[in-house]
Amino acid sequence: MKIVVAIKQVPARDSLLKVNGEGTWIEDADLAYEINEPDAYALEAGLQLREKEGGEVVVICVGPDRATQTIREALAKGADRAIHIETYEETVGDPLALARVLAAALSEESPDLVLTGLQSDDLGFGQTGVILAEVMGLPHGTLIMNIEVSEGGITVKRELEDGWFQNVEIPLPALLTVQSGATKLRYATLMGIKRAKTKEVKQLDISDLQTESEPTIAVSRIYLPEKSKKSVVFDGPARESAAKLVEKLRFEARVI
Amino acid sequence: MSGVLAVLELAVGGSGELKLHKMALEALAAAKRIGAELGLPVSAAVVGSGVGPVAAAVAQYSVEKVFAVDHALLAAYTPDGYSIALKQLVAATGAKYVVFPHTYQVRDFAPKLATSMGQVLASDVVGLRVEDGALVLVRQLFQGKINADLRFPGDGPHFVSVQAGAFRADGLEAGAAPVEAFTPELSAAQIRTKPLELFRESSRAVDLTAADIIVSVGRGIREAENIGVVQELADALGAELAASRPICDNGWLPMERQVGSSGQTVAPKMYVAVGISGAIQHLVGMKGSKVVVAINKDPEAPIFEVADYGIVGDLFEVVPALVAELKK
Repeated sequence: MKIVVAIKQVPARDSLLKVNGEGTWIEDADLAYEINEPDAYALEAGLQLREKEGGEVVVICVGPDRATQTIREALAKGADRAIHIETYEETVGDPLALARVLAAALSEESPDLVLTGLQSDDLGFGQTGVILAEVMGLPHGTLIMNIEVSEGGITVKRELEDGWFQNVEIPLPALLTVQSGATKLRYATLMGIKRAKTKEVKQLDISDLQTESEPTIAVSRIYLPEKSKKSVVFDGPARESAAKLVEKLRFEARVI
Repeated sequence: MSGVLAVLELAVGGSGELKLHKMALEALAAAKRIGAELGLPVSAAVVGSGVGPVAAAVAQYSVEKVFAVDHALLAAYTPDGYSIALKQLVAATGAKYVVFPHTYQVRDFAPKLATSMGQVLASDVVGLRVEDGALVLVRQLFQGKINADLRFPGDGPHFVSVQAGAFRADGLEAGAAPVEAFTPELSAAQIRTKPLELFRESSRAVDLTAADIIVSVGRGIREAENIGVVQELADALGAELAASRPICDNGWLPMERQVGSSGQTVAPKMYVAVGISGAIQHLVGMKGSKVVVAINKDPEAPIFEVADYGIVGDLFEVVPALVAELKK
């Protein structure tokens, strides 16, 4: 089974973010980056499926040069090879344009299964996977907890709302977005890190894959949200803050 | 109609009678806002099989028309069936704006529907306004740490999904709208996925909704062994212990103690969020709480947006200090 996992590199979860002077994107000079966590679960699902069914796992990543680090980590965890589509801007804000680029890069791969995380921790549109499925003409499933290969296709367990789940039969080839947290993530082994150095990373240039099309959605400005609720926040030494909070809860909010 | 069309989702699970999803009318409220801002008529649509009674109920709100999009092949939800049916409805009505609630189901098919019409869904929108005659939509980036203003440069149709709680349905006006049946052209061969039975896993022995005070723990706790630190605070407050999703995924607390879009929705007198950053999936489950207290080391964590009181600091120092203070 040929499995492609689309991964993205995003600012590390605890980053303190500042908006740049033009309000177009964040100040990125001092940021640390890591794999988008939901995509780490997609990679894990892909690796587990390969271990069960055989085949190969190919990671594909759109991003600037710094994304090489995240790609190497995916290879160290066990992906067989990678495709890096290099970009020159910090972000591709239009998920349809991005999906078209991914589809163009995958046209020669004809994967049996494409996996992505359910959303990115930066833009968070939560739809690149579903759009990619439509652009590639594939059936899809979202928020997938489990994948079983069955006769002529796969049976997946989907998470619905309010504690409901549903099994769905999907023919292959197909695309799935993987729910975070359904399995444990593996760490790269020393051997894995060593092997990753010799694995193939195909370099593509985004400008060779982009099609001329007008964007249908555009970010005009980004900014820090205004606080909608007035909160009383203490940030002194722990004992002092604790005493002040308990006083507020007793005499102002009167909840204890 | 070239107006605004709200697509109202049906509730998942349950048995027998179809009813609206709890966020469905919020999508209608958002559609009404867009209609009022741009001077466009607003209609609603309900999709499924045998949706006549639900459509009739929606028709008691002030809308132009309610479309009952009905087909036997829509009885069970599939992304193919819903996208094909709604594409036909959008084309037939000439709707300029199509508004959905940002539910799991909408996340599953609306991006596909938008793509099939050459558009991008503006997902998880939290606010909107009109500037120079054009609609500006607000959505959150970086898990709620940053906001972005979006515009649709093209001619549409434009697709929007709105975040839970962002638009209030309680101000919707009553009315008497006609219901129009819409039968999409749909064949079984077009539906590629086969949905099987719905099922539930956890027994839900713990009813968090009955608790007056809830102390909830998130990934800031770092390890299962540390849960006891927060349990002590819960004991000191006479509170139920709850958690955000990563804690339950890791098996550190049972799934039935999870608060959020995939767990329980609670509204206690006091909700104490310890080491919880406040991703929207968690906030939707607790933002109705009367008093929210947040303890987090990151002063920019979105949880402080909904907090009445907060302490910025290391929870391993703050929580024991709180317990000591409460015992005084």
